[in-house]
Amino acid sequence: MTVAPKSEDYDVVVIGAGPAGLAAAATSAEAGLSTLLLDENIGPGGQVFRAISSTPVTDRNQLGADYWVGADLVQALRASGAEVIHRATVWSLDRNLEIAVSIGGASAFVKAKRVILATGALERPFPIPGWTLPGVMTAGAAQTMLKSSALVPDGRTVIAGQGPLLWLLAAQILRLGGRIDRILDTTERRNYLAALPHAFAFLTSPYFAKGLSMMREVKAKVQVVSGVTELSAAGDGLLASVSYVAGRKRETIPADLLLLHQGVVPNVNLAMAAGVEHHWDDLQLCWSPVLDASGNSPVAGIAIAGDGAGIGGANAAVVRGRIAARAAVDALAPAAAAKLPAIATLRADLAKAERGRVFLDTLFRPAPQFRIPSGDTIVCRCEEVTAKDVLDSVAIGATGPNQLKAYRRTGMGPCQGRLCGLTVTELIAQARGKSPQEIGYYRLRAPVKPITLAELAAVPKTEADVKAVVRG
Amino acid sequence: MFRRSEQDQRPPVQIFVDGVAVAARQGDTVSAALLASGVDARRSTAVSGAPRLPYCMMGVCFDCLVTIDGVGNRQGCLVPVAEGMQVEIQKGKREIGK
Amino acid sequence: MTRNVDAIVVGGGIHGCSTALHLCLAGLKPVLIEKDYAGRHASGVNAGGVRQLARHVPEIPLSIRSMGIWEKISDLLDDNCSFESHGQVLVAEDEEELAICRARVAELNALGFTHEELIDATELRRLVPAVAETCPGGVVSRRDGAANPAQTTTAFRRKAEQLGATVREGVAASNIRYSDGLWHVDVGTDSYAAPVLVNAAGAWAGRIAAALGEAVPVETVAPMLMITSRVPHFIDPVVILRGRKLSFKQFKSGTVLIGGGHLATPDQDRNETVLDWKSLATSAQTVFELFPVMRSATIVRAWAGIEARMKDDLPVFGPSSRHKGLYHQFGFSLHGFQLGPGAGAVMAELIVNGGTQTRVSDLGIDRFHPSTL
Repeated sequence: MTVAPKSEDYDVVVIGAGPAGLAAAATSAEAGLSTLLLDENIGPGGQVFRAISSTPVTDRNQLGADYWVGADLVQALRASGAEVIHRATVWSLDRNLEIAVSIGGASAFVKAKRVILATGALERPFPIPGWTLPGVMTAGAAQTMLKSSALVPDGRTVIAGQGPLLWLLAAQILRLGGRIDRILDTTERRNYLAALPHAFAFLTSPYFAKGLSMMREVKAKVQVVSGVTELSAAGDGLLASVSYVAGRKRETIPADLLLLHQGVVPNVNLAMAAGVEHHWDDLQLCWSPVLDASGNSPVAGIAIAGDGAGIGGANAAVVRGRIAARAAVDALAPAAAAKLPAIATLRADLAKAERGRVFLDTLFRPAPQFRIPSGDTIVCRCEEVTAKDVLDSVAIGATGPNQLKAYRRTGMGPCQGRLCGLTVTELIAQARGKSPQEIGYYRLRAPVKPITLAELAAVPKTEADVKAVVRG
Repeated sequence: MFRRSEQDQRPPVQIFVDGVAVAARQGDTVSAALLASGVDARRSTAVSGAPRLPYCMMGVCFDCLVTIDGVGNRQGCLVPVAEGMQVEIQKGKREIGK
Repeated sequence: MTRNVDAIVVGGGIHGCSTALHLCLAGLKPVLIEKDYAGRHASGVNAGGVRQLARHVPEIPLSIRSMGIWEKISDLLDDNCSFESHGQVLVAEDEEELAICRARVAELNALGFTHEELIDATELRRLVPAVAETCPGGVVSRRDGAANPAQTTTAFRRKAEQLGATVREGVAASNIRYSDGLWHVDVGTDSYAAPVLVNAAGAWAGRIAAALGEAVPVETVAPMLMITSRVPHFIDPVVILRGRKLSFKQFKSGTVLIGGGHLATPDQDRNETVLDWKSLATSAQTVFELFPVMRSATIVRAWAGIEARMKDDLPVFGPSSRHKGLYHQFGFSLHGFQLGPGAGAVMAELIVNGGTQTRVSDLGIDRFHPSTL
């Protein structure tokens, strides 16, 4: 069922089959470039279009029209002739464009002339007291189960946080007959004022009408508490209750499931491990890669498209995927580029898709207390390191995330900082009175996903390596 | 915590969790099947032994680690169920050499 | 503005930090200049082996001196550096290798060194129960062990600073020159002047030496390491092999570190390395064969630190052969971590007293000048 890549060399290797990757691979293959699309999931779609080819949710209204756009992208990909491998975990990419990928328990190496990273986004860490308790999950996790397995919350369910995805998820859960007891909206009141200057662009964007009707749909059925300024989960080995403060009033409600969401951030691990420079984005509060207008990074041959290039949403991701692929075609087969949409058209499409983004980023900018925890709240889930542990280490000389490793194993567990990296950077920045840019991020290293020793041992080796002897 | 929507018409798949038969559906990931099954699927961490369940379901948090058909530390949220699959809930540091 | 200090140490690895600390203990006020941060490169990211075992004879006296300091490291640094002494074992994979081990131990004994001890298969199995049954024996150095390299280097820096050293991190030393009996070094817009300059700049030290007219045969290398997720405790000593590139040890946390000297491609101007996974696969295969229990362990991370390797694999240590007040301390060739504490102590003696009881004369830069270069 799982197959290795057919070749060792490709013109273009696209990593990730979400909106950007689907569009990039289809564009590249249509133009005649040998194209390999590697994706970690069971089927195409990434997160937004998850399970687009297999979802048991067949009533198209339930997941919404925006979801089913993904089916057209998949159809275009299939028609393009690109080689597609799912359940393929890329665990290394270097500046020589050498890619190591694990497929079905065996690793293969492929080389590309161009690599388009479309590794998308992940949900921003939401480090509140009790967030490691069983029963606390991300909103995205619930949405993944809803799309791919038609699973809906059953017990007493609380959704907390902010952002468009939160409302979409709530609407989808309700449409499928799931249960939501309360929604705790953590959007800061001052954000409404800050976002106002950007409201015009948003009002004229496609998000506005959809967003408004979805919020109405949810509010008609669920009690929504706005202005939540404190949040914690409690329970003995299992979530039992959620406490929050809204308008200076504290309330504790029993709960079996707490779904957290405060936006998404670029999934930077593979790009950073490949040596792509990133800078701190003060508006989106995350690391974004340094890219030119076509998505090319400073590492020759590596482009980044989609939310991994900075959060822009699914529509923008599709266009960015096409732009990055077009740049690859321009570089490798200029004659074939004539078949593709004009670059001016693509840039106009992108501007349209990105309309309203600043408004959303400003309105849904997560509050400091939900990004920068204190005391015994766990920061690093893998190694179980608390905010206090991090601050104690800073006090005795840990000046940044990498130095912190000398004192604590923060970020050294299997998730490689995906769930703690932003928190650690902001926590140290705040403690030292510096900017996140000055503090920096973990140096990320392959394998970006763990592989077994046996799998690595089975990799073909060079003869010189096998013969080499250390102590003569 | 979760239940299946009535519209789900996918064929059943039987897996075994610590030796006990559990009903899943074709296309479920191991983690989704565990969460839907109602069995106590909490693993315990290698650091303090604290109980955990899957958190992100998209392959980034590693809280869904399980042993599948004898291979440990697999991300249950990325692996689809298969008929007869043997799943073990990991308690503490995963044993090596088994 | 020029600040006058007693010594300028260039390089914030374990060697520079240790020398700065020992100069402070001798009553001097040094400045330590590090272009990144202390322990950023090889000193902070090496395998952490505290090893007297299998060393070249010319550096054994320095290694023994260092071992004495390691065993009291908490007294020196107020930090245990996660140092643990469970011995280091060199494994012979066949009788031929064991014969070489036997000859080596005999050679050391003849020279008066007794830290290496030949062991048979039974003792090997007692020390390392998980090792493959085909291995006939090896060599043990029982006082050896391992420490956390980043923690150690940071602890040296912190203690040096507490005792009066000035630590300048994040800006490179530049414009190194000698005038009016003093060494001058620029750090951004500041300048430091001192009668003593210590070149402990690791992979960057060769450039400094060459610029001062003492070019030596040195290359920049980046030995690779990889580490597993936490597994149950199964091994105490550090294990190295006689015949193949492998070093192997388990931390208290349960993670297992696999190294041995396979090299990445360094890019020292970018502070970067490109890993060679096909070589790491060789390390994995060696572990696969020697420690069957490790086959299903997961590799979670791999990396490489940039450092200097001399043509003869011996460090350059001691006074310059050309310039008054200049001292070299670099080129530790993949085995400098254990030497750090002792090398700093000896270097301070050389600087302050003009001599030392520890035999380091075979390590001088003059071995490359002029006829041998």
